[in-house]
Amino acid sequence: MSLFASIRTLASGLFLRHKVDREMNEELRSHIAHRADDLERSGVPRTEAERRAAVEFGGRVRFEQESKEQMGGRFVETLLADIRFGFRMLRKTPGFTSAAVITLALAIGANAVVFSVLNGLVLRTVNVPQGQRLFTIERGKDHSPQQSYPDYLDLRERNRSFDDMLAFTIAPVGLDTGGSASSAWVYEASGNYFDMLGLQPYLGRFFHGSDEHGPNSSPYIVLTYSYWRSHFQSDPSVVGRMVQVNKHPYTILGVAAPDFRGTELFFLPDFWVPIVNQEQIEGWNGLNNRGGRGMYILGQLKNGVLQAQAVADLNSVAAYLSKTYPKDDGDSTLNLARPGLMGDMLGGPVRGFLSGLTLLAGLILLAACANLGSLFAARAADRAKEIALRLALGSSRSRILRQLLTEAVIVSILGGVVGMLAAVALLRWLSAWQPVPSFPIVLPVNPDARVYAVALLLALVSGVLFGLVPVRQVLRSDPYQTVKAGANGTAGRRITFRDVMLVLQIVACAVLVTSSLVAVLGLARSVHAQFGFSPQNAMLVSTDLDMADYRGDRVPQMQKRLLDAVEDIPGVSSAGLSDRVPLALGWGTSTIFKDSTTDLRSSAAAAEAMVYNISPGYLEAAGTQLLTGRIFTSHDDAKSPRVAVVNREFARKIFGSPENAVGGYFKLSGGERIQIVGLVEDGKYMTLTEDQQPAVFFPILQSPSSATWLEVRSNRDPQQLAMALDSTIRGLDPGLPFKIITWNKEMDTALFTSRVATVSLGVLGTMGAMLAVTGIFGMASFTVSRRLRELGIRIALGAQRKEVLSAALGRTLWLMMFGSISGLLLGLAATKALALIVYQATPRDPLVLAGVVVAMFVFGLIATWIPASRALRADPMMLLREE
Amino acid sequence: MTDQAQLLPGTLDLLILKAVSLGPLHGYGVLLRIGQISGSALLIEQGALYPALFRLVRQGLLTSSWGISENNRRAKFYELTVTGRERLNEETDGWNRLAIAMAAALRATPEEV
Repeated sequence: MSLFASIRTLASGLFLRHKVDREMNEELRSHIAHRADDLERSGVPRTEAERRAAVEFGGRVRFEQESKEQMGGRFVETLLADIRFGFRMLRKTPGFTSAAVITLALAIGANAVVFSVLNGLVLRTVNVPQGQRLFTIERGKDHSPQQSYPDYLDLRERNRSFDDMLAFTIAPVGLDTGGSASSAWVYEASGNYFDMLGLQPYLGRFFHGSDEHGPNSSPYIVLTYSYWRSHFQSDPSVVGRMVQVNKHPYTILGVAAPDFRGTELFFLPDFWVPIVNQEQIEGWNGLNNRGGRGMYILGQLKNGVLQAQAVADLNSVAAYLSKTYPKDDGDSTLNLARPGLMGDMLGGPVRGFLSGLTLLAGLILLAACANLGSLFAARAADRAKEIALRLALGSSRSRILRQLLTEAVIVSILGGVVGMLAAVALLRWLSAWQPVPSFPIVLPVNPDARVYAVALLLALVSGVLFGLVPVRQVLRSDPYQTVKAGANGTAGRRITFRDVMLVLQIVACAVLVTSSLVAVLGLARSVHAQFGFSPQNAMLVSTDLDMADYRGDRVPQMQKRLLDAVEDIPGVSSAGLSDRVPLALGWGTSTIFKDSTTDLRSSAAAAEAMVYNISPGYLEAAGTQLLTGRIFTSHDDAKSPRVAVVNREFARKIFGSPENAVGGYFKLSGGERIQIVGLVEDGKYMTLTEDQQPAVFFPILQSPSSATWLEVRSNRDPQQLAMALDSTIRGLDPGLPFKIITWNKEMDTALFTSRVATVSLGVLGTMGAMLAVTGIFGMASFTVSRRLRELGIRIALGAQRKEVLSAALGRTLWLMMFGSISGLLLGLAATKALALIVYQATPRDPLVLAGVVVAMFVFGLIATWIPASRALRADPMMLLREE
Repeated sequence: MTDQAQLLPGTLDLLILKAVSLGPLHGYGVLLRIGQISGSALLIEQGALYPALFRLVRQGLLTSSWGISENNRRAKFYELTVTGRERLNEETDGWNRLAIAMAAALRATPEEV
């Protein structure tokens, strides 16, 4: 038969059902009428002839039915009947149905969330036309995405593999739209930014390369759509309006399209300003500083140029740069990375963590399938009699399998829909979440069509997977035996498919429970860890004086006024000032040389130390312990010799042992000799999981900075203190934007990654646990109900409770123990990977081991409780009568 | 009715193809034609004709169209397609081979073995 013909008949079967029915009816009536005509001609009266013709024709309904089957349109009708019947059967067993749907909803939901995050952060590139040709340019062995502006200009001019390159960086500014100043986050971007990305404005216009005429020549801003909506009430007349940025007049040029959220996925800016205005935006000008690396470069690869060719091309430019500028561009190799996650700096860990999470989510789905598979197998066994009867009455096996599969797919689709609804709710919340208080971090993880498609696919595949589990059972069943002897005709093999499923599930569960326990304990520890400062009872005020256009000498003057005013607030026990705080986002490092070193190239450096510029009161206010030596005084200013306080690690690295450090000297790359006057305890600076870093503290009067953090220690109620701080600082300068936050809250930044890890692992662990419980429950109830009659007889013959229980559940418990132990061992192996994200994660912790054992024991107890009590209550008389 | 033979499974389709190959027919006409060409020796249950007709249409061996019968009634007429004619030839050959082989086999006597 030709394909076309079959499609046509199928289509006519589907869409022209009524017409077909009518035609067939007419055709059969026509046949009978012709026959009646013949009979009438042979002398039979018309009415009698019609009656006889109809009788001769035979069962008209049956033939119509058979004809329709022959026409092929039957498929849909059977399917509809199967679906109706499936729903009826599922409604009859609400417990089973809801267990199956919830199990699958959890698994599909978890997978949808994880996939959506993966999709948002890894699979989806930056949302611009031709995003797949966009690359971040990275430098050096540590894959730093940060570059300098002069290098950017050289790379853009001298490369031959890119259509164009853009540079941008992220900075806070003070924005005054006519009311009071507030702080906002901007991308400072090269003039070609929007043109290279191929974007069109939503309103007004973008700035272009032609708007750049040297430093501070381009006082324009372009708003993001979301900032325009939230801060300008979607007012289309903002185009052309003047606003004050850091007290300089800027013109709003336009608004970007809603779906463009900047070129870093995590960082949604409020608006863009041209990078040539860096001096007004950041208070200093790095445009001519080849060694000052703070910019990200994106390049748009030429069509047809391979990534490897582009890397080679870039490195030939890099070789030229290092020959021409040996001091600043010493030994740098360049590389390409996917854009959007600060190159591989964030991209590496994010991708690693998400692949781990995807694996765990997959494990959940597998466990859920195994679970549902055994549920469906148990159900098929329970329905053995029904199935046997249908087989005996002439139903074909394929028909019965089709019915069972339809039920499985109904369950999988229901579960998928419920899971997806929950996932969407969670993802909406995640997308609106601002996890880090002082930085505009967003998680662009709203589900798109791809996520829905994957969820649907997963649901269907898992439906077919667990729907197929009982197939062999049905194919082998012998209706005669089943009807005669009941369902327990066959004695089980040594190890059944269901056993393997159960063990797999328990292994998965134990792995998940182990990892989440490790993560939770790690998080609990990290809150009480030695940070090298004490975030309790401390309040932070963060601002940048250049937001109110403080320059030169006015910066330290204003800082002193701030500090004095804050110290005068009642209840403040100490106050300090620094240019940044440890464990917040953003840090600075300096290359350190031993005093004896004369070759000040970076290859001869002794250490790369974290740098903090602090006021004399900082150490006390931050709660950082001074071990030996002295703290700074107000006499350590620009006119006196340079001094520093260092941490133990610094002293160890430069002087071999902490004891010798105080009084000693070291050098910076500029050749300045600096004397160490104090030694403080070690701490955490960038991340909680970092290796111990050397750190150095300089007096802020000797290395001034407009970036300002005030640390205020007080026992007062944080809210009252915040109000007092607010009015005090506003009293000094109403045009200075600032933020007040408790230091504990600011720690959210540092704890962010381990919190995310803990929450996601905790959720997956809980799911794994629930799945294991339902899995064990299903297995135990199945065993008990199959052997209920035997158990009843045993009880009647005087078996003890212990014997009954071991007969009923012994096997399940053995399987469980085996699974738990292998899962625990696997978990121990896998949690090594966790240590990268979670602070002090060690699975070899007695608490973890005990926790897992106890948890698995409790799950086992919960899961077998009901079947066990059912086994014990087996009433021999009832059961014997029943058969 | 005892002189009527039961149809072997699968032969109905062949009979229908043959009947229709002699000229377009409606369902009842097919029945009459089979009766005529087989000398009323083959018994066909009237209703059973239709599933077979629909099957042949679906297989693309027959086409159907509505028309007016000799009794002046609306009826659906069936016609052989090109594939239908090819199929009829193949099946006729196959049937003849089978019939000859069967006849030869059944004629066998002990002496021949």
